Amino acid sequence: MTGRIDPIVGRYVHVALGGRAHRLYFEEAGQGIPLVCLHTAGADGRQFHHLMRDAAVTDHFRVLAFDLPWHGKSSPPEGWQRDEYRLTASGYAEAIRGFCGALGLDRPAVMGCSIGGRIVLYLAIHHAAEFRALVGLEAAACQQPWYDMDWLDRQDIDGSGVCAGLVSGLIAPQSPDAARWETLWHYMQGGPGVFKGDLHFYRVDGDLRADVGRIDTGVCPLFLLTGEYDFSCTPEDTAAAAAQIPGAEVTVMRELGHFPMSENPAQFRRYILPVLERIRALTPRAGSGP
Amino acid sequence: MTEAALARAIEALPDLVNADAALMRRGRLVSLELRVELGDTPYQLVIERGRIERVERGPFVLRSWRFAVRGGEAAWRQFWLPCPPPRYHDIFALTKSGAFTIEGDLHPLMANLFYFKDVLAAPRRLAMVSAP
Repeated sequence: MTGRIDPIVGRYVHVALGGRAHRLYFEEAGQGIPLVCLHTAGADGRQFHHLMRDAAVTDHFRVLAFDLPWHGKSSPPEGWQRDEYRLTASGYAEAIRGFCGALGLDRPAVMGCSIGGRIVLYLAIHHAAEFRALVGLEAAACQQPWYDMDWLDRQDIDGSGVCAGLVSGLIAPQSPDAARWETLWHYMQGGPGVFKGDLHFYRVDGDLRADVGRIDTGVCPLFLLTGEYDFSCTPEDTAAAAAQIPGAEVTVMRELGHFPMSENPAQFRRYILPVLERIRALTPRAGSGP
Repeated sequence: MTEAALARAIEALPDLVNADAALMRRGRLVSLELRVELGDTPYQLVIERGRIERVERGPFVLRSWRFAVRGGEAAWRQFWLPCPPPRYHDIFALTKSGAFTIEGDLHPLMANLFYFKDVLAAPRRLAMVSAP
């Protein structure tokens, strides 16, 4: 065999969510501290491929990313054709905890972006003891809407174009074209109504402003990193949440937008590697293998 | 001088867009008139199958348009920098902050977002806008 093969392996795990059977698709690479990565709304786990191919990460972390049901290679549950997909805070947390439990992960670190960053705050509020560290990318307790969600799912507009077209402006102008357009391709591949359904959690069911003050970073450290070009979750939105959370660490990432791990991997690793180093230092004996 | 540079930027749109085959293909189903206002100066972009047939400068009297994009000169100047600063890099960043307004029938905009975003941002390719 002469072909160059990525170190990423994809498999399915069976998990019951909301009382319904699901096959969750997940990918992983590396060994060491389990690091579960949560993709943005309307996308899938491919957003973390660059991290999974970075030996500086995978030498010390078992990086895992699962596709939420309805996303990527995780199909909707049986009977989906009669449902309107709507992500809720409790359902999202159930999926993350169900995935971690099914794989038997030992107090994983969790890193989520956008809706994944919001749910990281929810995990910190309700389930902190289950995790060794939480990392929120483009995370805030609440954000102001900037478009009417009804544009995202209608028969007279191509959903792939409008979903990707809207989020395209959240990518920093400095991000390289190849990474920018691969990020947008992931959005173009979302199923009908899925991005909109994810935003139900973001805009309707996931306002955490009243609860983030309960986060105890002494139980689980919390790192928040936000790109300066993200006008959906602005650095000010992240700072507003952090102001209520003693011990939360905030970093504003220069020349990055809403999709730091996929829109400009080289720039992102400048910010995330020191955070991962901190997580390793928290658990000095956990990096010896799964 | 700055006002003149902005005028040259928008008046360069036919050359910038019509020479871009990929952009023209993306807009192949777009035929309409788009109102763009730079400060107090209105312009009308006449678009036919993705091609910018002409850019007309107002004032206009009882002239229809499908949708309008309006912003102050300072905001357009930032938006058209080769590498715009945060909050000025996207039309929706500018509408969220209130620096731009977008009004009218938004269906053609939403159905052709990549096309219209690239058309409106095309003057970034001109060095003259960034000149002091």
